[in-house]
Parts: sequence; structure tokens; C-alpha cells
Amino acid sequence: MANLRDHMGRPIVAVTGIGVVTSLGVGKKDNWAALTSGKSGIHPITRFPVDHLNTRISGMVDFLPSSSKGASPLTYELAETAALEAVSEAGLDSGDFGGPLFLASPPVELDWADRFSLYNSDKTDSGAERLLRVARGLKELDIFDTTQFGTIADRLADRFGTRGLPITLSTACASGATAIQLGVEAIRRGECDKALSIGADGSATAEALIRFSLLSALSTHNDIPEKASKPFSKDRDGFVLAEGSGALVLESLEAALARGATILGIMRGCGEKADDFHRTRSKPDGSPAIAAVRAALADAGLSEDEIDYVNAHGTSTPENDKMEHLSLSTVFGERIGSMPISSNKSMIGHTLSAAGAVEAAFSLLTMRESVIPPTINYDNPDPAIVLDVVPNEKRNAQVGTVLSNSFGFGGQNTCLVMAREPV
Amino acid sequence: MSSHDVVITGIGLVSSLGEGPDAHWQKLSQAGLEPVLDATRFAPYTIHPLPEIDWNLQIAKRGDQRQMETWQRLGTYVAGLALDDAGIKGNDELCATMDMVVAAGGGERDEAVDAAILAASESRNDRDVLLNEKLTTELRPTLFLAQLSNLLAGNISIVHKVTGSSRTFMGEEGAGVSAVETAAARIRSGQSTHVLVGGAFQTEHSDMLLGYELAGYLHRGPWKPVWQRQGAEGGGVVTGSGGAFLVLEQREHARSRGRKIYAELGPVVSGRARRRNGELNAEITTLLKQAALPDGDLLTISGASGAHVATAAEKAVIEANSALTARAFSTLTGHMKEAQFPFAVALAALAVDRKAAYPVFDAAVERPYDGAPTSVLATAIGYHQFEGLGLVKAG
Repeated sequence: MANLRDHMGRPIVAVTGIGVVTSLGVGKKDNWAALTSGKSGIHPITRFPVDHLNTRISGMVDFLPSSSKGASPLTYELAETAALEAVSEAGLDSGDFGGPLFLASPPVELDWADRFSLYNSDKTDSGAERLLRVARGLKELDIFDTTQFGTIADRLADRFGTRGLPITLSTACASGATAIQLGVEAIRRGECDKALSIGADGSATAEALIRFSLLSALSTHNDIPEKASKPFSKDRDGFVLAEGSGALVLESLEAALARGATILGIMRGCGEKADDFHRTRSKPDGSPAIAAVRAALADAGLSEDEIDYVNAHGTSTPENDKMEHLSLSTVFGERIGSMPISSNKSMIGHTLSAAGAVEAAFSLLTMRESVIPPTINYDNPDPAIVLDVVPNEKRNAQVGTVLSNSFGFGGQNTCLVMAREPV
Repeated sequence: MSSHDVVITGIGLVSSLGEGPDAHWQKLSQAGLEPVLDATRFAPYTIHPLPEIDWNLQIAKRGDQRQMETWQRLGTYVAGLALDDAGIKGNDELCATMDMVVAAGGGERDEAVDAAILAASESRNDRDVLLNEKLTTELRPTLFLAQLSNLLAGNISIVHKVTGSSRTFMGEEGAGVSAVETAAARIRSGQSTHVLVGGAFQTEHSDMLLGYELAGYLHRGPWKPVWQRQGAEGGGVVTGSGGAFLVLEQREHARSRGRKIYAELGPVVSGRARRRNGELNAEITTLLKQAALPDGDLLTISGASGAHVATAAEKAVIEANSALTARAFSTLTGHMKEAQFPFAVALAALAVDRKAAYPVFDAAVERPYDGAPTSVLATAIGYHQFEGLGLVKAG
């Protein structure tokens, strides 16, 4: 009989359902097949014209019915699709989930398509005055709904019958991991015996792309899109903007075993630490990221030697990969050169608010399948970053524990530790 | 009373009435206080504008101020007031171990760039190309960071060095409810010893008004108190710029460092009525039951927005519970969206601490409250969705 409490006396949290959507496809099966064969989902942008843009590639999800309908509808559909896969796998009622919802999703804004159509539906006055006047005459709530930060979670709560006031959160590129952390914490505090944690991001609009581009964050290797995301390579030049979603059904191990659910993995620990150095850059000594990794290990009750594999944040920006290497080598010491560390983003790009959840889903599959997905496009290693990045080809390996890193703008650092089996 | 109780040891407030708990108490204790209004700048809408603020007092570096627009500056400023009030500001050790939950919407867009694009769109059919052309050349690169929801928390980390953890919740008033609820749950369970929680809203920007007006929620025509806007022109909401941050602390932690305790934060409960199915009245009633209200008259600091349906529901439930004596503070401050619930909790804590109730904010509707309140209820019934309540008790 497995322990039902962890080293700190808290309920152990199990994963009983996993769902994922990326540019590689819908669902775990297609994603895993592509990911382990080193296939990239990065492709030329077709959703909007690319005139005047320095970056003309992305990992957008272009194959869903909402893909051309704007950020809010697509983010909802991504979240719903991943959550449905997860809840179905868990064997729970997809209309009456009965636990809280934690949604990581991008901040919302009035879409330009709507802004244009509102503005051009009238000719009197101009600018904001016209928009406001037209707005108050609208008879439908469709456009309003896309501008409310709580709408997507509200709709998901209706769809899945989650309990209580859903939490929508943003910790930038760490959001997906934070959504999982909030679910884990709610179960540990005994507030619920199951939670639905989702990270979803369908916000790859022209304006989003331009904003990141103006901050010089994006790769401009447009010619061979599938080669653009090259984490830990010497010629890495930025991340590739992408969309996707990941969802986990989290349950107390006790509740999951009691109902005979299949245990897909264990959420062992979560750790975080904010950085006070700069809005987009990390403290030069890496201390916040180091503290976040150490906090996650301590929360998991594991030592550095007990982590088998690192699912890196690995964005392919010059700054992130350098700092992530510094942080990991500080925590893991000499072992760092020989432990496998790969970046899913080499194939799917950076799914922003979804990334932490998508990569937690892949981390769990890595343990279950005993296969480590590679870091592709690793043709030109950065000599300053000596890591075993599982270059270019998947590797068969027994993986019992994973550390998954998420670091974001605004000094957000969140790390998750997962295990294949209960203790 | 237990050592893991949640107590309030710091309050930061800014509204059109001024800044800080003392200024708010003094103003709001005056019978017949007139609101500060600006009815011309955004006509036909009235707003409650920000007071004069010397940003340098809480954001020492001009460079930091320049990296933010008014919303983030305001939130960072109010957070600083709360940290100061709790004796935490400048204490590196306490800041580095302090957790933070911020309730946030988004920051300000560049109105001039947007207006230029919209104007050009009247004579162009290739609007997507127009967008690329203008945005790539006219957007200020760092403006993105001033717009990102989680960068209010990011700036608080940078300016005030709060770095234990940093989480940003989104979703209008509900985000403020969840932020306080989650922070309190962390303290009660022993996960946190002290948490900074709150939010800010900067209404003096057309997009912030548009966020309400796409559903016709804003009140138009002459200003009226929150409870008296039913049937008036528009949707009933008058917005205000402002913010509220609280320092919530484990009782033992506050005691051990000898801090003044404003009040204890009791149960915080939240819900999501399916309002289209007419569930709102029942949901508010259920939340009142869950909040374990004490017997006797209960001063109720209401975050009612004025939005017709939600405010009518809250008013009906309050009137059906004869013990509840409401004070709708948005009559005097305007609606502050994500900051609404933290603001309500702060005013509740002040009343408990000063052992006195506020006079009526609306003599036509609200009843006097006699005596010294030992418990005060705070509400935030969202103008569109999500609901929450919290009970504040003598510390």
C-alpha cells in the first residue's frame, strides 16, 4: 500500500488525466509521436499578412475551428480540447467535474478585427469617442465577453461543471506551471480532492508578435522554419511564438486510488522565487532561478541526486538558455554535464501561458513511456553551455523523476518536480 | 483565536478621496461627504479621478517610474503604502520571504497609435497590412511591459523587493476575491507567514471605460449614489481610479515582531452564480450562510458597482437580512474593478480598528449604525460575474 501522505504530512497529489494540444496536433498520441520523432511544428505564418514583419514563422495552432476567430475563442477552444482529453482519461464526468478550476491564459484585449469593425460601423466623431459610442449601442455580448479576463474560465466552469469561483492567472511564461501549483496546493490544504489545471494560449496575433519582436525576443530565422528554435545552440537568436494547451486532472492519491483510477504520475513538489532585478532579464548570478529549483526539490523532499531528467524552459533566447544553464549547473554541480536535459520548445516553440502545463504533460509522458524527447536543431552547440541536451534524437531511458522549469518576464520563476510512482 | 489566524497588519489605499488609511478614515467618517467627480473629461461618463500623487514617495527611481504607465505606477505605489504601514518596507529579510498575490487586469494601450490606425482604416481595405505597418514603426517597445498583467507584480518585486513568490490573478472583481481568499488560505495552512495582496485600477483611459461599455455597463447623465442608479440612463457603473493593498499576516508572526493588528480576517468565501439562470440572489444568500456571520447588526461594506442587475440583487438580499447595514463605498470612490474587494476589506478593517461605523454614504437608502462594530462584512458582487464576501473581526 502506497503512502498517502508526503514527507511533510500533506496529501500526495496524483495525476489521473492529461490533455495536450500544440502545433504538432491534437491529443497526446499525435503529439508524442511527433515529439519523439523530432518533428517540428514551426511553420510560416498564414493567419495574417507578414508584410513589414521581421519574424514570419510561428508555432500557431492553425487547424482548429476557432483558429481564425481571434485570441479569446481560440484560447477557449484550446483549453476545452485539452481539458476534455484529460477529464475523459481520468474517467470523470466531463459535465460535472466537481473540483476547482485553475486556468493559465493570456491577458485579453479587444481584438483588432473587432476594433476595426466597431469603428467603421459609423462615421460620426473619431477615435475612442466613436468606439465608446458604438460600443454602448451593441445588442450582443460577444465582443464584450472577449474583453473580460474572467470569461474563458467562466465558460470552462460551465462546460466542465467545476466547483466554485474559477481562478484565471498569469505569471507570464510560467503561468501553466503556476496553474498546476495552485491545484496541487488546494489539494494539499484539503480544500478539495481533485482539481482541473489548464494552461492555454491562442494569443499569437500580429500585435503580440510585433510586441515580442520589438523587444528583440523572437527568432528571425524565417527561411527554414523548423530549424528556427534551437535551444542551447550557439546560433540561437530568440524564441518562436507558439500556441497550445495542456491540462492535468490532479487528485489526492487517496481519492484516486479509492475510485480505482489509473495513476499517471505524481506531482511531488513545486517551488517558486520572484526576481527583483529587471522586467525582462534575470539577476546575473541566477539566484532567483536557483532558489526556485531548490524550493521545488525541498518541497518534493528530493535531493539533487534524485532528479533523473530536466524538462528545460529552454526558450532558445540567448539570455534564457545561458541563465538556465548557470542555474542548473549551480544546483546540480558536476552532475549537470551527464544528466539529460531537453527542450520541448525546439519542436513546438514557446507556447507562453500554456508552456508550463504543456511541458508538464510531456514530462509525465516521458516517465510513462521511458522515452526522452530530444532537443532538435542542436547542430552547433554553444561551447559555454555544456549539457547533455539529448541532441536531435529521442533516447530510451528509465525516468523516475523530472524537474520542469518555467521562467517568465516580470521575474517569474516556477519549477515543478514530478515522479512516475508514488513513494 | 489561534496562532495561524490571519490578521491585517498593513493597509495601502488610494482613491479620489486621497491616500492612506488615515485620510480615508477621516474623509469617510464625515457625514454628507461629497464625492470627487470629473464629469467632463470622459463625458457622457463621470469618473472619480486620481488625487495628486507624488510617485517619488514610493517609487524612488525615476527609471522605474518611466518603465510603467499609470496603472502599474499606481499599484506599485499603493503596495508600497501597505508595506510601509506594516513596517515591512525596506526590511530585506521580510520582503524576500513575503508572498504576493496581485489581482490585475491589463495596462494602458497607446491611445494615439490606436486612434491613428483606426483613422487610417477608414480609407484602407488592407487593414491587416496597415496594422503591421503602424505597429512595427509606432509602438514604443517597452510599452508591452507596461501592459502585461503580471508586470504590476513584477514591478512590485523590482521596486519593493517582495520576492517570496509572485502570482497574478485575473478576472475583474473575482480576481480580487480569489487573491484575498488564496492568500488567507496560505496563511491558515502554514504555507505563508505574510502575504501582500491587492490590486489597482486606473480608469482614466478610454480602453478601461470601453471594457465596461461594450456591454453598456456605464452610468450616463447626472451622478447618483450607487443604490439609486436603477432606471437612470446607462448601465449604472461609475468608475474610479484607485487601489488597495493589504498585508495579511499569521497572527503569531505579527505578534512576534510586535506589530499593530488592525483586525482579524475571518472567513472569505467566493462563488460563481450562473446569472443567466437567475441564480444570483440565491448565490449571495448561500455565501452569507457560508461566511458564518455573527448575531446582531452587521456593518456591511458593500462593493456594489451600481450595475443594474447585480446591484439590485445585492440590495434585495441585504434588505431581506435585517441585520445587514450596508455602506456602498463606490458611491464615494467609484468602481475600482480588481481592487474592489481588497478595498472593501480594508474599509471593514478600519471600522473594526477605530471601533466606529461609517456614517451613511447615501442618506436616502442606507440606515445609520450605532455602536462599535466588532465584526464587519465586506462584499464584492461582480458587475458582470463572480461574487465574494469576507468577514473582518476585531483583532
